[in-house]
Amino acid sequence: MKVLGLDVGSTYIKVALFESKKLKFLEKDKTSYQPLEKCLKYIEKYQPDQVVATGYGRNLINTNLENCTTISEIKAFAIGAKFIHPKVRTILDIGGQDTKVISLDEKGKVVKFEMNDRCSAGTGRFLEIMCKALGYEVEDLNNLEFEGNVKVKISSLCTVFAESEVISLIAQGIPREEILKGVHLSIVYKVLSMLKRIPVREDFVFAGGCSQNRILKRFLENQLKIKVITFKESPFLGAIGAGIFGIKYTL
Amino acid sequence: MDQDYISMWQNLGIDLENHDCLLKALADFYQQIYLSQENRPEGMKYFDFVISEAHGLRIKELLEAKKQGKKVIGTFCVYVPEEMILAVKGICVGLCAGAQIGFDEAEKVLPKNTCDLIKAFIGFKLTQVCPYTESCDLLVGETTCDGKKKAYEILDKLTRKVYVMEVPHRKTEAGKELFLKELFNFKEKLEEISGQKMSLETLREGVKIVNEKRKALMRLESLRAHDPVPISGLDALLVEQIAFYDDPIRFTKKVNELCDELEERVKMGVGVKPKGTPRVLITGCPFALPNWKLHHLIEASGAVVVGEESCVGRRYYHTLVPENFNSVKESIKALAERYLNTHCACFTPNTERIEDIKNMAKKLNAQGIIYYSIQFCTPYLFEAYQVEKALNFPFLKIDTNYSTEDVGQIKTRVEAFIETL
Repeated sequence: MKVLGLDVGSTYIKVALFESKKLKFLEKDKTSYQPLEKCLKYIEKYQPDQVVATGYGRNLINTNLENCTTISEIKAFAIGAKFIHPKVRTILDIGGQDTKVISLDEKGKVVKFEMNDRCSAGTGRFLEIMCKALGYEVEDLNNLEFEGNVKVKISSLCTVFAESEVISLIAQGIPREEILKGVHLSIVYKVLSMLKRIPVREDFVFAGGCSQNRILKRFLENQLKIKVITFKESPFLGAIGAGIFGIKYTL
Repeated sequence: MDQDYISMWQNLGIDLENHDCLLKALADFYQQIYLSQENRPEGMKYFDFVISEAHGLRIKELLEAKKQGKKVIGTFCVYVPEEMILAVKGICVGLCAGAQIGFDEAEKVLPKNTCDLIKAFIGFKLTQVCPYTESCDLLVGETTCDGKKKAYEILDKLTRKVYVMEVPHRKTEAGKELFLKELFNFKEKLEEISGQKMSLETLREGVKIVNEKRKALMRLESLRAHDPVPISGLDALLVEQIAFYDDPIRFTKKVNELCDELEERVKMGVGVKPKGTPRVLITGCPFALPNWKLHHLIEASGAVVVGEESCVGRRYYHTLVPENFNSVKESIKALAERYLNTHCACFTPNTERIEDIKNMAKKLNAQGIIYYSIQFCTPYLFEAYQVEKALNFPFLKIDTNYSTEDVGQIKTRVEAFIETL
């Protein structure tokens, strides 16, 4: 019995293949402009008996595929985080175009969640655009670590305004490393304002495409004063959760 | 399109090109959202017909009534007593608009951060697409929120037909006194414009007609308490929306016929969705026609909407007007009392609204509450915090507008919320 969890995000498609209830493969690819075709390729490759889709593209896949069900990203991340860290009580997911925070009870059930609405402030896209202005590739950030305090503050949360702010800081001759730290801190502040609206407890799992970013993790820990847990599977928690839901669903 | 209608619209000064766009969009939208629903009650056919003829037959009726000397009075708020309009043999129509039409034009005269409800009624006027507004002899504004108050000044410049009624913002003795005085002023205005005297008899008749309408809507609401639910939230919302512009006697009859059918459904255990479907109560801003966005998103996500604590919803039919008055003065007093007992967020304090929500949630067996606010609607946005704190009930806040740009994000949130119920 093969179950494929598909997380069709705004930036990446993430897949998790389960065989006989065991996690076998994790894979990802850029979503780009043909998400359905890309998903169908994965399905051809893995030949699953069942598919569970989540993420923004979930309904696109669902309407074009038999033996497919969908769940929301919130539920998928809750299930996925519990799989990877059974004691999880709080999840932060910073994805390509949205950021969500989820509070779970001791059984792993979603108690409350918050999401950014239509604006890209505090999301991966925000980071990507600032990187571009500073001459970094967004993937480079995962290997970066800067020492010291943040000296430059980015005050605008709007992606468009923040970009002009970054450009004017460059024009003032401020080193790009310093500006980048400020950009990271501004994302963390945005996340903190969302976390204020839900109960936050230890066993805090950081997930999504931005979870491998060590600067974000360190800033978060400094601000929250609790340990932030990430795993190498963190970007895949939605796909993993979808897959596990599929296993339970067929039982 | 019927040639008669085209010349009728032309005579009203409707911009045919803009109007055509509106009707086409509406027809597509209606097909997609309403007619695709499964297992609808037969009784909804009448309301489908009313919608399809909203700008046709109903306008024709209004114009014929005008020929016989009746006046058409447009209102924007449930604090304006329609009984009084009926008591001068007038016809009351609700003019709130629920679509993003003419926003480019509206934003030339309104600040960008104005709620969509206001932008829509100004936009409808500026693009000349609403035959109701054009048929009206009087447009009755009110002072419920700052945005509306200031927008009526602009609407008056555009139409020269606006009359503004003051609604107090506190239910103190002084507030009550002011509102009562305002109703007496409104009486004079209506008598002046219609040339009809408001008498004890005509007031009795007006009160009776509107009470019967409200009773029918209450009956419809109580039928939604059953599981499986005999009518979708979308269909019930449509009935509540049509309440604002259909002929009240005919409307009441049709709602009661619909309710007879729904009672049969309940007896036989027939529903529009399977038993055990998650049940959601919506609370917050009004849903002006054709704003079906949130209901559609909720019901397409596998839940059912069982009630609206909203101006298009319970705040419209919350209580009846006592019919035991014996003079014109007494009747205006009874109306003032009843109307001021409406729990809108423009009042401070407004704690009664929280009790209303609690009672509705209990009575309608809701499992979750979705708090709906239109962007930039300060009163309702503010109250969300207090409502959530006081309720201790599964709660989701949706702050949105009439556009479809945030549909994906809202759907994710609504689906996730429903999964937790």
